[in-house]
Amino acid sequence: MNVYDLIFYLFAALTLLSAFFVVTTRNIVRAAFFLLFTFFGVAGIYVLLGADFVAIVQLIVYVGGILILLIFGVMITNKITSVDIKAGTIQTLPAAIGVGLFTGIIGAVILNTDWFIANSEMPESTLSTLGKMLLNEYVLVFELLGILLLVALIGAASMARK
Amino acid sequence: MMYDWLYNLTGSEILAMFIVSLLPLFVFILPFALAAVLAERKVSAHMQDRLGPMRTGYHGILQTIADIIKLLQKEDLVPHATDKALFNFAPLLVFMGSYAAFAAIPFSGFFIGSKIDLGIIFIVGVTGLVVAGILMAGWASNNKYSLLGAMRAAAQIISYEIPTLLIILTVIMLTGTLSLYDLSEMQTAYFWNWLILGGPAVGLQKILLIPLMILGFLIIYTSTLAEVNRTPFDIPEAESELVSGYHTEYSGMKFAMFFLAEYANMFAVSAIVSVIFFGGYQSPFGYLGNTLGWTWLVPIEQFFWFTAKGLFGVFVQMWLRWTLPRFRVDQLMAFCWKYLIPFSFVILLLVGLITLM
Repeated sequence: MNVYDLIFYLFAALTLLSAFFVVTTRNIVRAAFFLLFTFFGVAGIYVLLGADFVAIVQLIVYVGGILILLIFGVMITNKITSVDIKAGTIQTLPAAIGVGLFTGIIGAVILNTDWFIANSEMPESTLSTLGKMLLNEYVLVFELLGILLLVALIGAASMARK
Repeated sequence: MMYDWLYNLTGSEILAMFIVSLLPLFVFILPFALAAVLAERKVSAHMQDRLGPMRTGYHGILQTIADIIKLLQKEDLVPHATDKALFNFAPLLVFMGSYAAFAAIPFSGFFIGSKIDLGIIFIVGVTGLVVAGILMAGWASNNKYSLLGAMRAAAQIISYEIPTLLIILTVIMLTGTLSLYDLSEMQTAYFWNWLILGGPAVGLQKILLIPLMILGFLIIYTSTLAEVNRTPFDIPEAESELVSGYHTEYSGMKFAMFFLAEYANMFAVSAIVSVIFFGGYQSPFGYLGNTLGWTWLVPIEQFFWFTAKGLFGVFVQMWLRWTLPRFRVDQLMAFCWKYLIPFSFVILLLVGLITLM
């Protein structure tokens, strides 16, 4: 076991534990904070996979943006500190069937996939490759996504003005 | 590089990595914070025609050390109605965020924590953790002043991240690199190669770039000032309205952690601005080590220039604190959204046109 394995298990444990707490905690702000650690752990795993750009985008977009917006959303809704979320158990049978099926599918996929195992070398930076691909092969998709985001932005601004 | 050198010295990957990651803390941030706290008090005192702390040591130079000893002895108070876990974790998260930024800051050509290609974007990303930590502290304190301070801090940091990122984007477009190391190496030799004076470009392009770069520098310096919650943007901890904002309820070492993070952040943003616009660790006029043929001297000189530029940036931050009054919340937002962001977009566009020349 080398140092990277250790770091991987650390991040994996962080991700899984905090994800578990997100769904079990009764306090919505706490859930949001645990979600922060989940996203952070996932970003760490991306780094270990050699996807440096994706990791940092994950950090900026999720940790920096969405989470803070989430916290704002929670705080701006009234009854600041005690928004109760239902955490009881209802509809046990359908839920069990759904979860069982999902676990089965995921398990089957994990077991039957022929995993590609890369050599454990220092990964190259993906930045320039990614940039070239975005502006050559996938330029149409890239531009369309940009327009989509612009439309969403203008829509949000015009709705906020009313 | 430092890591390779330590790896050869100790023969252990883990040990070398560990030492490299701890170095900025013990060699730099802790002594810097000690000196900066004292400097802040002395600078403010002399600007207001006072003397400041005078009793501990010669002209009060041991004052911060005495303060640290006092803080270490203080009882660790945790108010009853707080969210204990989050309350205790928040100072760590804030410090983690501001310390993580030091991983990508090039102290000299020899010592960078990590030479990653995404340096500058990485720093922007981990700053998000600081915001999360501040919000966590404010919310967990269960105190209306703390919560207000935290909300203000988050709103302010998010808003002012936009002009910062736009100027960074301009620089990325101009230089074609996101790595702080490459950015510093690009501005080598003499001070007219610094990006504030148009970078390594020549002729008409350089002349056109200079005013845009100076404007860009002013915008990014202003917005980084807001990101570290310094006056004139210190409404999150406005003492006269909010006691001291998000860290009102903290005492002892936890309070000291917030303080340490704040000063680490101050240096980090000055360092980033100096890397982007003032050549980072590059000397303004060649190296003595190169002239004399002593290559071992060059990294030391680079470290000197880097800290000198960073510390000057910190000094200007203190200077501004005791010169300008605080903004109101609405003025703060209007200043960002109505002035800084449009100007940043214009700079982005014009620099884009110039690079096409």
